[in-house]
Amino acid sequence: MSEGLYNMKARDFDTTHDLKNIKPYGDTMNDGKTQLSFTLPVPAGNEAIEAAKLLMKKMGFENPQVVFYKELTKGFTFFNCYGSCTHSVDFTSIHVPKVESTTWDMQQTDEYIRENIGRKLVVIGASTGTDAHTVGIDAIMNMKGFAGHYGLERYEGFEAINLGSQVPNDEFIAKAIELNADALLVSQTVTQKDVHIKNLVELVEMLEAEGLRSKVILCCGGPRISHELAKELGYDAGFGLNSYADDVASFIAQEFVSRNR
Amino acid sequence: MQKSKLGLDRNKISYARSIAAEIAGGVQQFVENYTTVAVERTLSRLLGIDGIDENAVPLPNVVVDSLKDKGVLGQGVIFFIGNAMVETGLSPQEIAEQVSAGKIDLSRLPVHPKEKIDAAIMPVVHESLNRIKARRARRENYLNTIGEGPKPYIYVIVATGNIYEDVVQAQAAARQGADIIAVIRTTGQSLLDYVPYGATTEGFGGTYATQENFRIMRAALDEVGEEVGRYIRLCNYCSGLCMPEIAAMGAFEGLDVMLNDALYGILFRDINMQRTLIDQYFSRIINGYAGVIINTGEDNYLTTADALEEAHTVLASDLINEQLALIAAIPQKQMGLGHAFEMDPDLENGFLYELAQAQMTREIFPEAPLKYMPPTKFMTGNVFRGLIQNALFNAISIWTGQGIQLLGMMTEAIHTPFMSDRYLAIENARYIFNNLKNIGDEVEFREDGIIRNRAKEVLDKAIELLEVLRSEGLFNALEQGKFGAVKRSKTGGKGLAGVVERGANYSNPFVELMKNRK
Repeated sequence: MSEGLYNMKARDFDTTHDLKNIKPYGDTMNDGKTQLSFTLPVPAGNEAIEAAKLLMKKMGFENPQVVFYKELTKGFTFFNCYGSCTHSVDFTSIHVPKVESTTWDMQQTDEYIRENIGRKLVVIGASTGTDAHTVGIDAIMNMKGFAGHYGLERYEGFEAINLGSQVPNDEFIAKAIELNADALLVSQTVTQKDVHIKNLVELVEMLEAEGLRSKVILCCGGPRISHELAKELGYDAGFGLNSYADDVASFIAQEFVSRNR
Repeated sequence: MQKSKLGLDRNKISYARSIAAEIAGGVQQFVENYTTVAVERTLSRLLGIDGIDENAVPLPNVVVDSLKDKGVLGQGVIFFIGNAMVETGLSPQEIAEQVSAGKIDLSRLPVHPKEKIDAAIMPVVHESLNRIKARRARRENYLNTIGEGPKPYIYVIVATGNIYEDVVQAQAAARQGADIIAVIRTTGQSLLDYVPYGATTEGFGGTYATQENFRIMRAALDEVGEEVGRYIRLCNYCSGLCMPEIAAMGAFEGLDVMLNDALYGILFRDINMQRTLIDQYFSRIINGYAGVIINTGEDNYLTTADALEEAHTVLASDLINEQLALIAAIPQKQMGLGHAFEMDPDLENGFLYELAQAQMTREIFPEAPLKYMPPTKFMTGNVFRGLIQNALFNAISIWTGQGIQLLGMMTEAIHTPFMSDRYLAIENARYIFNNLKNIGDEVEFREDGIIRNRAKEVLDKAIELLEVLRSEGLFNALEQGKFGAVKRSKTGGKGLAGVVERGANYSNPFVELMKNRK
């Protein structure tokens, strides 16, 4: 089973680093080495291993290897596999839409708001719809913040109101009108069956119906949210993994100023 | 209590417990004057009322809503159904059907004397109790014959949304070594003021808790339990707006473990505190009677508050929850009090602090099958590190003798578990539980060391907090955000409209009968 793992023979591929043809890197440029695991709904055995290897070939792997397998329960076998990817991508032609703002720290953002806006921006956040998870919105809004990045509540430049979890879209909008919000933050953690998409779209539609959409800066965030998805759904920005209060705060401040210029 | 490995002061523990008892007593004084729509629906179910009308509204809702609309719910379902039984000679189910069809108005029937009402209703009450007792005996029989896995019980979740797919996942998990299967509820169910009916195949991030789904999963776990020679416990969620109803349905269908914590609902689901504390009292009485292990939700505090700074809030809440459970006649061995492994992985000596807290919780609640929750807040999507975080969590659990180990999944924060995630988590736990089996017997903690001092500090801070709670009362403390850094108002949140003061004719015979194990 370890055929190839300790192979000393000369490599027969081009090891030039070429940004137009990027492949996975194991320990040698362009070796294409990839680690993956999956479960097939078949009993363990030689046929199962062969099925896993054939599948990997179809996925575009050369020299597929099953290094571990285990029947999890009758009729379901789990595989750990390695293979060399035959595909490559052109890194030079990639364009990913990003939130177009400079991330500042709290002091810089507060100072910018003081000098350019001269009042606190009202930001309302919530985990909306049926979503009961507040980890995301808390990390962005609460005083303490997350991983050393203070939340919006600690900023001088923001009046930050965290409505918590399971806030229906209509209540969220009612609160936005009541408090004359400048920006709305929606957190979505549960994404099974795309429930977050339906909920996010509903909010945009309701804001449009109320004539509010263009009056607020609308952001969404969550582990499965990207800026690209957010734009597609009609949001001004999306904040995914590894974004913090600093990113959100800087964006809101800069976007507010550029809109009101 | 055996000798404390942490050098904890027993007098301090007794003192903390006595304050918690006063706090719980204050809550109970309030609870006893009220009932709720959920409590009355529960009584309807316990009287055998089940099924739905043509609009899929459960008949217990139809009956209770009809009384609430007339403004007479404070007299209670027992009174009105008992009275209707005397008047019509029909069974509670038949009466509910007549109410649903608009043929009977319970509030307009002639009122019969209390003795006659009692004579009509009490046989139904005892029939219901016998049904629950038979279920309990069935579990005990399994435990006496095929037995159970060693503690910590390995607890895993299934969450496909489809009860039949859940069965496949649950049976697979049992074969891999799971002792408890929790069927996660669909997101949002805690805020429904009714319990859906029948088998369900659609849910978001979980599966509806329905009586039929309970029955399907119970049968599947009995089947696989017999196959693997180990009783497999079934867990669901006795929380939200239907707390006591779920307890009754679980008691009928042989559920073994129930999340059952008003504080959790108040803080994390914004359920009105008055409503849910009233609901909790009756739900816990039912769970106690049915032999169900309750789980409390203190672990969740640490998902919003910091595990190092706020550990004492977990202990204070565990102590209050213990007293609230005792008032509902739940024995210690059915109290799965909650805590969690949520130390920041970057914290120097975080493992030592966590070890201190877990050992402290064990020593303060020696009989309770403590429910220990895995890391969630600091799970990042780096599944490889996640597996190690879970390994440290498992090490502390076997070291400190936790009761129920909710296994961490390395794919936490990514998706609901794959079949393989569950397998890897169980393999991880069994490896560590076996390899470190007696470490707790072998290792003692240095006097005046980090671990002993940490435990002492948490206990002292918990006492300080309990003293504040005693002087202010639990309701006010919740309004001020003392737990989980979440503030909730006494009249805010969901479900307050379902609270009514008890009237002169009100009775709930189940309370005393169940508490006295009749």
